[in-house]
Amino acid sequence: MSQTRFAASHEWVRLDGDTATVGISDHAQNALGDVVFVELPEPGRAVEAGEAVAVVESVKAASDIYAPVAGTIAAANSGLVDDPGLVNRDPMGEGWFFTITPRDAADIGKLMDADAYAKHAEEGN
Amino acid sequence: MADTETLLETPLADLHRELGGRMVGFAGYAMPVQYPAGIIAEHQACRADAALFDVSHMGQAELRGEGAAAALERVTPAEVQALKPGRQRYGLLMTESGGIIDDFMVANLGDRLFLVLNASRKAVDLQTIGAALPAGVSLVPRPDRALLALQGPGAEAILAGLAEGVAAMSFMGVLETPVAGVPALVTRSGYTGEDGYEIGIPAESADAVARALLAVGAVPAGLGARDSLRLEAGLPLYGQDIDETTSPVEAALTFSLGKRRRMAWDFPGAERVREELDHGPKRLRVGILPDGRQPARAHTPIAIGGTTIGEVTSGGFGPSLNAPVAMGYVARDHAADGTALELMVRGRTIPARIASTPFVPHRYKRAAGATA
Repeated sequence: MSQTRFAASHEWVRLDGDTATVGISDHAQNALGDVVFVELPEPGRAVEAGEAVAVVESVKAASDIYAPVAGTIAAANSGLVDDPGLVNRDPMGEGWFFTITPRDAADIGKLMDADAYAKHAEEGN
Repeated sequence: MADTETLLETPLADLHRELGGRMVGFAGYAMPVQYPAGIIAEHQACRADAALFDVSHMGQAELRGEGAAAALERVTPAEVQALKPGRQRYGLLMTESGGIIDDFMVANLGDRLFLVLNASRKAVDLQTIGAALPAGVSLVPRPDRALLALQGPGAEAILAGLAEGVAAMSFMGVLETPVAGVPALVTRSGYTGEDGYEIGIPAESADAVARALLAVGAVPAGLGARDSLRLEAGLPLYGQDIDETTSPVEAALTFSLGKRRRMAWDFPGAERVREELDHGPKRLRVGILPDGRQPARAHTPIAIGGTTIGEVTSGGFGPSLNAPVAMGYVARDHAADGTALELMVRGRTIPARIASTPFVPHRYKRAAGATA
């Protein structure tokens, strides 16, 4: 399993073989507050980097989730439909949103590493 | 509210930060939207036990002098003159064209009236009321006062341990009594649908009183829980669900119109109110339950058969129902309970239905024999 990378819009992505798993960071779930609903993308959908592909709703507000890299959606985490609170409880693990087959796996390496992202989040982005 | 604007602070600002409150701008004040426990936990604490809210951003003012009640009736259709000492009532400030300037609470303290106003409207309210006063009646803003709301089924036991006489109060009762040794104005009221109290105290004592309440089990709760609680209770929020374009009849707030006032029609906007009572308003505020789990937020269009018939004015997730809840305005012909609706949420149609409010039953401690 490769290193976890982060997009400026607070998604994490982790490549494992041909597919990458995507979720939102601990910083993001904390900022959102209690998650009550998640809308997930359909497997097979082709998406561009930065395209809004999922929605996460907390008690207070709705936010878009963006594809961190271009590719094709492989699977969605149906566990979030019944238990959206997984996003808060385990954002980097069981609370994953979807998997994606990247068009070019090298795109993932261009995203921020954990240290750069921590700095990005700390700066209030 | 722009981040660049300087936000005012309440007397509990230090306590909020110490408790880990997430501060946001609201009506010009830095207020906690939630504490580390989160909105759902704070909401549940209020429904199950007791939650403490800082509502010191709200406007507080006294109306003094002979004829104060009659003077206030010049700007509201509420029955103020018959309000007994030791009682509080909900009322609306009205525009000449029948819109709502604000909703407020008025308490009769015997020698004066005490008003609680929405933070976002207090300047307009004070100007409106002040302009209507005859000689001999004076309006005295009390920005030197803080206000705490202790809400939930556990509120009585908590407050009774710190104040005399509060357990015997009934809903909308008013009592001047020390709380934790601090002279306080206590009303049995709130904005959550639960039993509870609002506690007015000198600003300099607010921190001590709040800490005394927290020390005996009150759970700190922020604006997020306050919003989800009032939404489940079916209570309108000024600026979202009511404003200067909505009338008391449209807003389903006719209970706040005094009987005598509805015979004399001697209040601002009476013409519109009378017309709408006689012939029905064009639209009505209703409760809405969306299917599924996705919340429908304010400004979501409401349709039937593809034709827009209204708009959501407040919507979110109701933790006690574990489901989304909303309220909004629909054309009167489509306002019956159970009416099937379509909500246009983020490009998709979500089925919903009109439902009676409150979504979660009120649990006020009404006096025996009291009806409203």
